[in-house]
Amino acid sequence: MSESKVRLAAVNQNPAATRDLLRIVIVGHVDHGKSTLVGRMFHDTGSLPDGKYEAIKAVCEKRGVPFEWAFLMDALQAERDQGITIDTSQIWFKTDARDYTIIDAPGHKEFLKNMITGAAQSDAALLIIDAAEGVREQSRRHGYLLHLLGIRQVAVAVNKMDLIGYEKEQFDLIEQEYRDYLASIGVTPTFVIPVSARQGDNIVTQSTAMPWYKGPTIVRALDSFMPNASPVDRPLRFPVQDVYKFDQRRIIAGRIEEGRIKVGDEIIFSPSNKTARVQSIEAWSAIPGKPLPQEGVAGESIGITLDEQIFVERGELISHIAHAPIETDVFRARIFWLGHEPMMKGKSYRIKLGTMEAPVTVQSIESIIDTSDLSNTSSHQVERNQVAEVVLRSRRMLALDEFNSAPKTGRFVLIDKYDIAGGGIISMEGYANQRDLITARSTNITRVEHGITPEARAFRNGHRGGVLWFTGLSGAGKSTVAVALEKKLFEKGYNVYVLDGDNVRHGLNANLSFSPEDRAENIRRVGEVSALFARAGMIAITSFISPYRSDRDRARAAMNGTDFHEIYVKADVATCEARDPKGLYKKARAGEIKDFTGISAPYEEPENAELVLDTSALSVEESVERLVNYVEMKFKV
Amino acid sequence: MDRLDQLESQSIFIFREAFNRIENIAMLWSLGKDSNVMIWLARKAFFGHVPFPVMHVDTEKKFPEMYAFRDRYAKEWNLNFLRELCPPIEEVDDTLPPAARSAARKTAGLKKAIEKYKFNALFAGIRRDEEATRAKERVFSPRGATGQWDFRDQPPEFWDQFKTDFPPGTHIRVHPLLHWTEVDIWLYTLREQIPTIPLYFAKDGKRYRSLGDQDITFPVASTATTIEDIIEELRTTKIAERSGRAMDHEAEDAFERLRADGYL
Repeated sequence: MSESKVRLAAVNQNPAATRDLLRIVIVGHVDHGKSTLVGRMFHDTGSLPDGKYEAIKAVCEKRGVPFEWAFLMDALQAERDQGITIDTSQIWFKTDARDYTIIDAPGHKEFLKNMITGAAQSDAALLIIDAAEGVREQSRRHGYLLHLLGIRQVAVAVNKMDLIGYEKEQFDLIEQEYRDYLASIGVTPTFVIPVSARQGDNIVTQSTAMPWYKGPTIVRALDSFMPNASPVDRPLRFPVQDVYKFDQRRIIAGRIEEGRIKVGDEIIFSPSNKTARVQSIEAWSAIPGKPLPQEGVAGESIGITLDEQIFVERGELISHIAHAPIETDVFRARIFWLGHEPMMKGKSYRIKLGTMEAPVTVQSIESIIDTSDLSNTSSHQVERNQVAEVVLRSRRMLALDEFNSAPKTGRFVLIDKYDIAGGGIISMEGYANQRDLITARSTNITRVEHGITPEARAFRNGHRGGVLWFTGLSGAGKSTVAVALEKKLFEKGYNVYVLDGDNVRHGLNANLSFSPEDRAENIRRVGEVSALFARAGMIAITSFISPYRSDRDRARAAMNGTDFHEIYVKADVATCEARDPKGLYKKARAGEIKDFTGISAPYEEPENAELVLDTSALSVEESVERLVNYVEMKFKV
Repeated sequence: MDRLDQLESQSIFIFREAFNRIENIAMLWSLGKDSNVMIWLARKAFFGHVPFPVMHVDTEKKFPEMYAFRDRYAKEWNLNFLRELCPPIEEVDDTLPPAARSAARKTAGLKKAIEKYKFNALFAGIRRDEEATRAKERVFSPRGATGQWDFRDQPPEFWDQFKTDFPPGTHIRVHPLLHWTEVDIWLYTLREQIPTIPLYFAKDGKRYRSLGDQDITFPVASTATTIEDIIEELRTTKIAERSGRAMDHEAEDAFERLRADGYL
């Protein structure tokens, strides 16, 4: 055996190289004893370096305060002088089972950004509650945020049991109250443990003061946490981090977030939707002649080369074709806001999702969530440290996942000017995956040039062709006005035809359901058909709720943006509900219709409609008159 | 993936983020065990290349073995190597305790070099487990125009989204090894067979655990003569890694003051 092989064999046998490392965050309300618990745990497991205990003692004496374990991790002068943890810190210790990184997170509300910085790095959490004070604001908020950050393993320590005489009854009350809260956000703690960090009860050794408690100590509870499984068997998610050309190789570099990739795999880049095959997986090794890997798995930072030279850049998301990510320009998110300035409706921010960056606008703030009782309130802005449900819109397609199906590509941060101002997780509830709408599946097609120009058609008809795209709530009067307008224009000699929602669903779109994807496809087809009518020289009037901006914009794009007129038939929900010509609002209120626009699904108001008809103020005749004037002006030859 | 693979992958990710997002970046090479691992990781991240300058800010008071190591591997690893000298001690804040004042020379040399080359960012091989103020660091750590660290208001950093947008004039420290521990460094050095300065191994019952300037760095009692011995020693020792670095211990806040002013 060569010397190097002997050495490598030695490493493989070295237990330290293969020991599990688990990262635990300690969270809870300010002064509930997080730092003290860490200090006690280190002392009782003999993990403190020589002289550290004496050094902390000296620091306390110098300040004339009683011995304070918090000074083990509160290293900054400002923290020691004010007796408060400002920033998150880390410290290492080991049990027989494994190694631990202990992350201390500040409990003071003002330093929530630092708490999140610490907590987001952890695999599991220990939540501390003061037995004398009980469940407090930050106890709940931290529990909520842990769940939002994707931390699923949580144990609870009810601290300072010595202050309540080690009483079981009071502990039971706190345990019940907090378990109820955690259950309401979908968290089940592995253990709820009564402890006294100051006295050392149930930290490392079983407390003799609380014989009624039969569960594990803190250290045992930590050892019971499981390491998070690596998501290697999930669909491939591989964000492009950079493209290198240091030598003759053109290497696409990045870290595999989920799944695995093999040499020869056919892959798709989203949202450009280019495809290629993996030619090689590149790696550098100091050992010459070492063969290149044939596969990469989740967690690895790798590089690949492709079988053909296609232009791809940072921010694209690589997957296999069969399990590609969602493509959309609008999505729902639950966010926590950390910015100095509040998040405002209508304001633009930069989103960073994986390695992708793009401008997004806050289309709506659906609700502010009070993390104490989970109640919702509405607001036009989200203040620092608040949690909210929002809808974000991008000007271009984004490739992403829902947080529940792929956490690493289903979460993002928002940048305000230079700063990370918030984080969020994605849900597509009520919104369509637009991938199929924008994927052209036909190949080998060539456009045929018409022998007749649009001008020639307009001259023969006496007017231009085009689309009048009616949008508005159910009951706003779209169909009534559309049919009356059609009649009026026909009498005036126009070639005009109304495409109506219900009619189209009997034929052209009979195979579509009311899922978000099928509703979007419904509108896409109507957009394309109305564009054909328009090119044939006619005026197409479409009468669809078409609640989503993305869908209407796609219809406009089908006309290349010209001779397309978005008509907002406007009436508020109350007015429409009072009219309720088809009895649909009644059914929706009774819960018989799911995802009903205006009641249980969003209506995205047009931002730049060519014409707005307020039908709560205008009669049908007045509306039609305005439209006729509009058409005579816009469609003349 | 074992623990070393995970540490390595995370460091590579950090290197690639910084290299993509920040123009004009360089790496600090202190010649010690950590920064040698850091260079190794950069070669992995960039497929055998180190695509930025590697700079030694020289106090001219290092051990001869360190200089010999530097001159050999700067060539062998094909580095774009820069050596910058520190100013004389008289130019350094005289209110600092002696060893801290000596260490502050390095900060002054660093600031000079940053100005000279207009570096927007530097890779530095510090780790959280070395020292309590380093434990509070960010991976991407912004500094003021004169290099100060505002530890009272650090940016949030989560989900591997680092602060990569800065107003002009901000300087950034990037810390690819922040999440490593001392024993991880040695386990990785052993696995990858990364060259090591012999001062880390015991001679006459003493070895250096951490290398700095000759006059303010002291060896610890040890019998470890191989990397395997060192790993075994670290499993049981209760002596802090930087106990032989004089500037950490002169006053409670000596190291915090050094770091707030821009020391690594």
